[in-house]
Amino acid sequence: MSDVPVQARPELHDTILYLDGVSVSFDGFKALNDLSFYVEVGELRAVIGPNGAGKTTMMDVVTGRTRPDRGQVEFNGGIDLTQLDEAAIANLGIGRKFQKPTVFEEHTVFDNLELALAGTRGVFGSLFARLGAASRERIDGVLETTALISHRDRRAGDLSHGQKQWLEIGMLLMQDPELLLVDEPAAGMTDEETEQTAALLTRIAGSRSVVVVEHDMAFVRGLGCRVTVLHEGAVLAEGTLDAVQHDARVVEVYLGR
Amino acid sequence: MPTRGFALPSLAAVLSCIAIVAIVAGGAPASHAATLDEAVQGLSAKSYKDRAVGVEVLAATGHPRTIPILEAMAKGQLFVRKADGVLVIGHKTGKVYSLTNALDGSAVGDARKKELKKVKVNNRLRGVIKATLGGLTLLSDDPDQREAAAAAVFAARDAGALETVEQAIAREEDPGLLDQLTLAKAAIETSPDFPLDVRLAAVERLSESALPEVRSLLASLSQESEPDAEVRASAAEALDAVERDLAFWNLLGAIFQGLSLGSVLLLAAVGLAITFGVMGVINMAHGELVMLGAYTTYVVQQLFRDFAPGGLDYSLAVAVPAAFLVAGAAGVAIERSVIRWLYGRPFETLLATWGLSLILQQLVRTVFGPTNREVSSPSWLSGAFETATGLVLPYNRVAIIIFSLLVVAGIALVLRRTALGLYMRAVTQNRSMASSMGIRTGWVDAATFGLGAGIAGVAGVALSQIDNVSPNLGQAYIVDSFMVVVFGGVGNLWGTLVGAMSLGVINKFLEPFAGAVLAKILVLVAIILFIQKRPRGLFALKGRAAES
Amino acid sequence: MGVRSVLVDLLAGNRGGQILLAVLLAAVVVVPISNLLLPADSVLHVPTYVVSLMGKYLTFALLALSVDLIWGYAGVLSLGHGAFFALGGYAMGMYMMRQIGDRGVYGHPELPDFMVFLDWKELPWYWQGFDWFPFAMVMALVVPGALALVFGWFAFRSRVTGVYLSIITQAMTFALMLAFFRNDMGFGGNNGLTDFKELLGFNLQADGTRVALFCASAAAVALGYLLGRFIVRSRAGRVLVAVRDAETRVRFLGYRVEHYKLFVFVLSAMLAGLAGALYVPQVGIINPSEFAPAASIEIVVWVAVGGRGSLYGAVLGAILVNYAKTVFTGVLPDMWLFVLGGLFIAVTLFLPKGIVGTVPVFKRAGVRWRRRPGRARSPESAP
Repeated sequence: MSDVPVQARPELHDTILYLDGVSVSFDGFKALNDLSFYVEVGELRAVIGPNGAGKTTMMDVVTGRTRPDRGQVEFNGGIDLTQLDEAAIANLGIGRKFQKPTVFEEHTVFDNLELALAGTRGVFGSLFARLGAASRERIDGVLETTALISHRDRRAGDLSHGQKQWLEIGMLLMQDPELLLVDEPAAGMTDEETEQTAALLTRIAGSRSVVVVEHDMAFVRGLGCRVTVLHEGAVLAEGTLDAVQHDARVVEVYLGR
Repeated sequence: MPTRGFALPSLAAVLSCIAIVAIVAGGAPASHAATLDEAVQGLSAKSYKDRAVGVEVLAATGHPRTIPILEAMAKGQLFVRKADGVLVIGHKTGKVYSLTNALDGSAVGDARKKELKKVKVNNRLRGVIKATLGGLTLLSDDPDQREAAAAAVFAARDAGALETVEQAIAREEDPGLLDQLTLAKAAIETSPDFPLDVRLAAVERLSESALPEVRSLLASLSQESEPDAEVRASAAEALDAVERDLAFWNLLGAIFQGLSLGSVLLLAAVGLAITFGVMGVINMAHGELVMLGAYTTYVVQQLFRDFAPGGLDYSLAVAVPAAFLVAGAAGVAIERSVIRWLYGRPFETLLATWGLSLILQQLVRTVFGPTNREVSSPSWLSGAFETATGLVLPYNRVAIIIFSLLVVAGIALVLRRTALGLYMRAVTQNRSMASSMGIRTGWVDAATFGLGAGIAGVAGVALSQIDNVSPNLGQAYIVDSFMVVVFGGVGNLWGTLVGAMSLGVINKFLEPFAGAVLAKILVLVAIILFIQKRPRGLFALKGRAAES
Repeated sequence: MGVRSVLVDLLAGNRGGQILLAVLLAAVVVVPISNLLLPADSVLHVPTYVVSLMGKYLTFALLALSVDLIWGYAGVLSLGHGAFFALGGYAMGMYMMRQIGDRGVYGHPELPDFMVFLDWKELPWYWQGFDWFPFAMVMALVVPGALALVFGWFAFRSRVTGVYLSIITQAMTFALMLAFFRNDMGFGGNNGLTDFKELLGFNLQADGTRVALFCASAAAVALGYLLGRFIVRSRAGRVLVAVRDAETRVRFLGYRVEHYKLFVFVLSAMLAGLAGALYVPQVGIINPSEFAPAASIEIVVWVAVGGRGSLYGAVLGAILVNYAKTVFTGVLPDMWLFVLGGLFIAVTLFLPKGIVGTVPVFKRAGVRWRRRPGRARSPESAP
């Protein structure tokens, strides 16, 4: 691993996400192998890699779904994420979109967004919660952003695949997170939708940090950001898309399969 | 029933037992009779001392009649008929004594008391007779007699028998009997009449046994009543050693009982390990499939009774495949008619199969009636291994342990080595891929479920041997078997095996402290807590796939 | 906000709920008049045994409602709700046992008959206070609630879900059944608690008492319905439905799923306890068979028949199935298990949304239960 070009350890104050020496194994299979990975505040980052490279496991580790066997996972200047559960991590300001769009199918689009709305999360708070005018406006704003305003009162389960993806991104926006982890947002989208999604994510980045896992190279190109290539649970290469695409090891991993 | 170990029947019982054996042996050789005839004369000698000599002379003849004669003498039932001086054995029946000839055991009519002269015995003479009797049977050719005699000598601890015991030890070839004889010798030698070093050696010898009667002997030697402090201390020490030994054997006993319970749980659960573990189908009618297997056993036995009573002992050999087929066919029918519409909807599957279980129960109740049906155990399964230390291992329990392990091994073989196993794994891992490769997934589902159901039926055959065969049979096992599968780890045959056995053993270890019902409750609570800690069981499949 | 506006809010556009409350209200008015004021030979007279039978159905309806609250909305299938029902029933039974006083067979001033029979000398500590009605009623709610709290806290915290949870709830009620069968437990063992004389000083056999119990049961169903309706309409209720459909998503939104489940589980257990407390004086006995796993799973089929996720569907299902049970066990007792078994299968295969989700009259009232996609066994996401 010594010849892997690893980015220099950045100053903590400008990293939003800091993974160092993280390993996870499932029954002997090393899903993550001494992975080190940093994301800066406001950065948009694409993560690519073949199947089984550990992309989703990395997201699981960050969002508290999987506990690493070893290694440090820190958020926003030293908050240790390995000690927290999903809800706590979400409330710290990390939002996650799943690979398979996961929305609340029985609820309306509006209700989906309302549930995602940042704010009270306790049982008794939400038992008596009433939606204020400001919140309504915010929800409508996100409905506009995600082009779902005309589907406001439709059952989320009745949306198309692409619309569900957008709704899920919209829910992420409602959470108002500092860091978004987005798993294959363009899957099942038309070219036009893919383009719009890339544009949306680019727009979001800047005010927030965004990590996108994606297979679709056109989409990654559209993001125009720094790319990290994962392979066998560790970083294989990092840099601009052009740079990594010409990296000999990356070519071997992708073509040698 | 021959028992290994001192079952310690009362001396009288031992003696009468011996007497019967002797009578059955009957027809004494003529050459003996003359000597016997002479020997018995000594019994009615004037002085007790001479009579004691007579007893020994009689014993020396080695004649089978010696035993009943001496036995009668000890009990005061030996008489001389005044009229002709014939030695008779008399049993009081009403006002008269019915007589048998002491020499050949033939009935020789009745007599009133005044017609008879009793051969009197005092305590000392009675001791001589007992010791002689013990000695006689100690040298018998029949190992069972020797064993009973050893027990008798141990209990009597009569120094008079020591010589014969030593003689017997020198002759004995059976190691188990030799052990008992040396124990009996040691028991005699603990008496204060012996020198200290002999007594200590005897205590030492006794400490090697964990028998309850040895324990009580050692306990009495460690009491204040024992004059010699050294013997007292050594006995107390030996008692400790024996008690540790006993604790060990009790532990083994509990483990056996635990494994026995575990094997029952295993049988009940192992079919579920396939339907629930491999297919993910919650089959609440699993217990009823077990019940069908038990009723199949009953029907097969009835058919044997009617058509081939001679083969009844081997009806289980027919019942096992029959139960597999009956329950398996029921399983395939259930899968094809109900479950296949409900894949991926576990709650609905649970409810529908519960409904099936109610229907099957009522069906069996309607056909066979609500009462228990009698399923007999073949003769080769009745009886038990018993060790000298009080461990009892009933054959049917041992058989079920072995049978359950064979069933698990068989399933493992089917899953790993057959085409069905390969298809099953292919279908569970990637249904659409398997389907596109030409595997008929519907057929595989039905066959897999049928296999799990068939195994349930086979379990029913085993359970029919130890439990009541009634329409409620299945209900009794359903909670337990799900607990086993969940505890062991779903989809893991090894987990099911370990889960069942450890639950069985834990249950049996708790029982002495908590009682059977509370032990069961405690185990249930423990499992509930355990599942909180490891929601996927003991041998959970780890990884992302298992977590979603 | 007044009671009136809350009511309007909860019932607006909810035809099923409106019908349910109207029927309950009508029953509370008509049944007392018909039973107490009309002569026994009148065609419109409702005999007392029918009143009690209907009262029993209503307690089952409340029980079904409590199961629907967690199954229909939170997706938690409890196969142990009979335990909460029975615990509530035992609390009420203990109160009524104490009410017997020295009128028992043995005439002991303090100890119930079975304790005298077992040669107990004094009342166990956990029987103290049950002679006071308010305490007994609080216990009828608190004991099931506390059991649900402890059990649920362990189960939900460690994320035991789906059928696993169902199976351990079944083990829970099974363990309790074994425990209550024990004489040492001090709850009458096998026979349970029975031979009650009066409730709050009113003779249990009197028509007036029976009618009052019926009315109390109807009121409890109405209040239980409104409470449930309030919860499921709140944001918390929508979180529960979200948990049912996509639990992981809810966690990643920052909700503590286990708190929501625990809240509704405890509340549901308390409603079941209330149902049990109302059931026991109307049937006159409580024994460990109420803890049997079969009893608990039967509740689930009431809900499934009525249609889960609507609350009033559960009420309808409970009443229909139990009416069918009364009819069949009277006419063809051997057939009942076939019918019940067939009902389980038929409702899952042909009527997955239950009556209210299938019969058009109810359909528009909006039953929210997604049919699970078939054969979905793949993990949520693959690498």
